[in-house]
Amino acid sequence: MKKIRKISYCQALNEAMRQEMERDPNIFVYGLGVPDHKRVFTTTAGLVEKFGKERCFDTPLSEDTMTGFGLGAAISGMRPIHIHMRVDFLLLAVNQLANMVSNYRYATAGKLRVPLLIRAVVGRGRGQSFQHSKTMHSIFAHIPGLKVVLPTTPRDAKGLLIAAIRDENPVIFIEHRWLYFAVDEVPELPYTIPLEEANILRSGRDVTVVATSWMNVEALKAAQVLERKHKISVEVIDARIVAPFNDKLIVHSVNKTGHCIVADNDWLDCGFSAEVAARVSEKCFSQLKSPVQRIGFAPTPCPCTKSLENCFYPNAIDIIKTIESKLNLEEADLSNEDFYGFENKFNGPF
Amino acid sequence: MKNQDFLIKILDNNKILNLEFYKKLFLIRRSEEKIIELYPENEMRMPMHMSMGGEAIAVGVCHALGIKGQVFGSYRSHAIYLAKTQDTNNFFAEIYGKTTSSLKGKCGSMHLCAPDFGFMGASAIVASIIPVACGTAFANKRKNNGKIVSVFFGDGAVDEGNFWESLNVASLMKLPILFVCEDNALAVHTPRHQRQGYDSIVSIVSKFNCNVLEESTTDTEVIYRKTCQAIELIRTTQMPCFLYLRYYRYLEHVGTKEDFDAGYRSKEEFEKWHKKDPVNLQRKKLLRFGIEEEQIRKLEVEIEGRIENSIRLAQKAPFTEISELHRDVFYEENKKD
Repeated sequence: MKKIRKISYCQALNEAMRQEMERDPNIFVYGLGVPDHKRVFTTTAGLVEKFGKERCFDTPLSEDTMTGFGLGAAISGMRPIHIHMRVDFLLLAVNQLANMVSNYRYATAGKLRVPLLIRAVVGRGRGQSFQHSKTMHSIFAHIPGLKVVLPTTPRDAKGLLIAAIRDENPVIFIEHRWLYFAVDEVPELPYTIPLEEANILRSGRDVTVVATSWMNVEALKAAQVLERKHKISVEVIDARIVAPFNDKLIVHSVNKTGHCIVADNDWLDCGFSAEVAARVSEKCFSQLKSPVQRIGFAPTPCPCTKSLENCFYPNAIDIIKTIESKLNLEEADLSNEDFYGFENKFNGPF
Repeated sequence: MKNQDFLIKILDNNKILNLEFYKKLFLIRRSEEKIIELYPENEMRMPMHMSMGGEAIAVGVCHALGIKGQVFGSYRSHAIYLAKTQDTNNFFAEIYGKTTSSLKGKCGSMHLCAPDFGFMGASAIVASIIPVACGTAFANKRKNNGKIVSVFFGDGAVDEGNFWESLNVASLMKLPILFVCEDNALAVHTPRHQRQGYDSIVSIVSKFNCNVLEESTTDTEVIYRKTCQAIELIRTTQMPCFLYLRYYRYLEHVGTKEDFDAGYRSKEEFEKWHKKDPVNLQRKKLLRFGIEEEQIRKLEVEIEGRIENSIRLAQKAPFTEISELHRDVFYEENKKD
């Protein structure tokens, strides 16, 4: 019997970059701390040793300028990978992203390509508070010309990252820090997963939950509990490519279940969850048995202290309660259930 | 070769060079004069940021960079575009928003570029193009292709973080890049002394590991020679170069008119600069080289004819087809670049 190889999400990211850098000498990786002893939570481990300082380097603390730098290299035949330890820091580069990177191909009437990849990490927990915890995918997805990807599983982390590296367009690749611990089967040879479609993480008949990033873990947990407690079958769809957003799988699922919940790893107002709700109401109106409901961050900055932070983030319990209320079910006793948190990390498998 | 022959050859080369400069200067000046004339017809529907007054910088620098040289510019790039391409057909087609433009009317006056000619892009967000030029310089360095990148910006850009961050990264990474600061002492209508908490840009830039050259002239040849020196420095020192050049913006920040009645600057200042207008100065130089008035006029008429023809073609051409709206937002596999 063939042995199944399991690696972590974090190792999958590292493996994808290493294999791609071996394949294409035009790829280089840069950003603050990329070659330091911590190696961006080990995702860049071994790269500077293997590919040298020319292709793996630290930068001045100049996020916006170094994004423009990546753009200039990308239009000149290189394939830059720019890494940010937090999405919050990437916000310093919104000028380059919204004014330059996103429209450079359009502004040359297609004469130049922009194969620029930006990796950014979503932080959470242990008091990281309001400047180390943002996801912000809807901000980037709002701008035409940027692709926005949020991988959830280790398999996707590798396959989507390789696809993003090979893409001829700017891609923003948003990785949740808590997913770094997830371990699952990941093929060893390089492979791509097209940046085109959502992913059904769990099939179900009764309710559709569309989730992004970490919220998929919460949705899967909720689905397991609901199955056990109520014999309710929940379909969990990982939206994963939020721009350009292809709603085909989601529309198909909601037309089947008649119920839709969006669990977004972000604030709700004007966010990606509103986009999903709008698409579902446009395309599934006659099949909907209840209004689309949205679950996301509290509409506050992310607080530091644990007691408030726990209320800021939505979790599996919120999803369970929302579904119970949607389907007029009695509230299940959850006192013996084990949920994920900073201390109780999710380790996979999916 | 005898000494005398040698001197004659140098003189001849110099004459040819100065003739080249004049052709480009005149092309740019007359093209903009046509814009001034035709803009009120309201067929060029876009903001116009005129280069007038600064032509010598674009012509001198671009000529020194040569065909292989790559340039990046700002929203005030008519002169750079024409210095680099001399392509009035595409220039006017773009300004009239017509399908015959290779940019398909998507860019207009503010975002002119011609990557095939080495004009790699222009941005209307002040200083935002400077980091992009650094990235291209990095790619050139990696490929070891000997190309020099030049980025043009005004003194307003020096107020922006992108400028200082780029200067830092170029100095740190020893990038083959020429920063061309075209100082007209104005950001829109705000004078430099109301924006900068220091007296000299050059003295601060000198503290970086970067070559610095400066000049205040309207003589294209002087700028050309200064740029050649800058390029030589970039190659020999393996460091970037900051070339600081002063000029005077003849027209309003945006638009095709004079605005000396607005109160933020004086007509006397303009007149002082206009006495040494780069185009007139170059014309006089040709006469001094012994080129006859008649010959110069013949050349001018030929250029004027080309411009008139390009304008006619642009006016007659159809607007860009609707299908272009969605094209090139993303690269798509089955569509060629």
